[in-house]
Amino acid sequence: MSTHQLPEHPDFLWHNPEPKSSYDAVIVGGGGHGLATAYFLAKNHGMTNIAVLEKGWLAGGNMARNTTIIRSNYLWDESAAIYEHALKLWEILPEELEYDFLFSQRGVMNLAHTLGDVRESIRRVGANKLNGVDAEWLEPDQVKELCPILNISDNIRYPVMGATYQPRAGIAKHDHVAWAFARKCDELGVDIIQNCEVTGFLKDGNRVVGVKTNRGTINTEKVGLCAAGHSSVLAEMAGFRLPIQSHPLQALVSELHEPVHPTVVMSNHVHVYVSQAHKGELVMGAGVDSYNGYGQRGSFHVIEHQMAAAVELFPIFARAHVLRTWGGIVDTTLDASPIVGLSPVENMFVNCGWGTGGFKGTPAAGLTFAHTIATGTPHKLNKPFALERFETGALIDEHGAAAVAH
Amino acid sequence: MLLISCPNCGSRDETEFHYGGQAHVPYPENPNDLNDREWAEYLFYRANTKGTFAERWVHSTGCRQWFNMLRDTVTYDIQAVYPMGTPRPASAAPAPESGTASLAPDSTTTGTAGPSVSATSSASTTAPKGATK
Repeated sequence: MSTHQLPEHPDFLWHNPEPKSSYDAVIVGGGGHGLATAYFLAKNHGMTNIAVLEKGWLAGGNMARNTTIIRSNYLWDESAAIYEHALKLWEILPEELEYDFLFSQRGVMNLAHTLGDVRESIRRVGANKLNGVDAEWLEPDQVKELCPILNISDNIRYPVMGATYQPRAGIAKHDHVAWAFARKCDELGVDIIQNCEVTGFLKDGNRVVGVKTNRGTINTEKVGLCAAGHSSVLAEMAGFRLPIQSHPLQALVSELHEPVHPTVVMSNHVHVYVSQAHKGELVMGAGVDSYNGYGQRGSFHVIEHQMAAAVELFPIFARAHVLRTWGGIVDTTLDASPIVGLSPVENMFVNCGWGTGGFKGTPAAGLTFAHTIATGTPHKLNKPFALERFETGALIDEHGAAAVAH
Repeated sequence: MLLISCPNCGSRDETEFHYGGQAHVPYPENPNDLNDREWAEYLFYRANTKGTFAERWVHSTGCRQWFNMLRDTVTYDIQAVYPMGTPRPASAAPAPESGTASLAPDSTTTGTAGPSVSATSSASTTAPKGATK
């Protein structure tokens, strides 16, 4: 576990310019994906006359609310390709962005609690290896060796029958990731405009030509939507629909504790995922609230359920206290895979549907979405995730690897 | 936790219910006539309203009956509870404490309109024509 200190804060990392009357491209949403997209547009495609519009404060949505887990052990080729590309970028980004956001490759364990889990997990380990993703199958005693606080005895409702393990997976400081991207964007000439809410789009026929905001109208040739839970609202303004449902997803942290949890443990079956943050909080999350919601909060029984699961798996957590709970709005799709690519509106591009697992995808989402915006064509990694798949039926069903534990 | 007024059983905790998503989505009248785009609309596209939303719930651990509800997806306030097969209430009245049981079949199995394939969804919070009887 990394225990070194975070770097001192500079006085500021980015400017707060007034919006200009026109840009070559406008990114809607100043979270991780929006900032990463802007960064790669500037760095890889030389597009620096661009703006990121954020209706609230920078990275205050899901980027501030996730449980920071980074992994790439997805079942299907398309997912493994894009998430593994993201993981490779995570490995080099601290140096590239000149900002140590404490990416800690402490490994991620996905527990198996039933014979079905065991079979699915071993299959996924095989699929991962074929795709160049590091993965191994652990027997219960190996699970215990890696994470001694886990209860692997037979006297719980769903005993641990083994786990998949990805050693290169881990966690990072989410706020610092956003600030690292924001600082580089600012250095490259990108305008980061906070408190700027998009209220509509200007179109010439079916082509987007501008963005209406609460701070005036901005003309632009291209628009990229990176608005996560609010993607449907923006799409409706632009005149098209997205196959997305927005749900509350809750998480919580405990008080600070001595380092007790050396890795990341996820359990789809008893429904919890847990890591220990650098400072010492136990960070936990589980599944979404069942109902549609834009309220950035959910129902308490969901929290109760995930804590019950955590205490069953980690008996020492029984005496820990919850410090904070919160919720974000996640943009779920029916195949638990993102939607990245062109939209029915010309020159408008969508990056959404990352649902409960967008944080880990941030660098690859940004890199490939920037390519799509700059060239007007899909990137080879995001092409399978185009909106058309809901018509062609070429769904990328990742519920097994993604449904609960992103 | 939501406190939901089941039309048959009265106010109960949310944990007794299961969510059924958007209400008033009729099964296509002529399924064989649908093209891929229209099937995609029916299978995968649902309104994702920010604001008052008509949705279905089932009282799984109680009377096991389905019913419709108007709920604000931002404040989570429940504005109306009404039986399956009846139109969405025009104005959002407060939810009744209890109501009469409805055994009317779900409108999704009896609707007469195909899924909307129009590009805009600004009217998606209201039931499509023919969705209710």
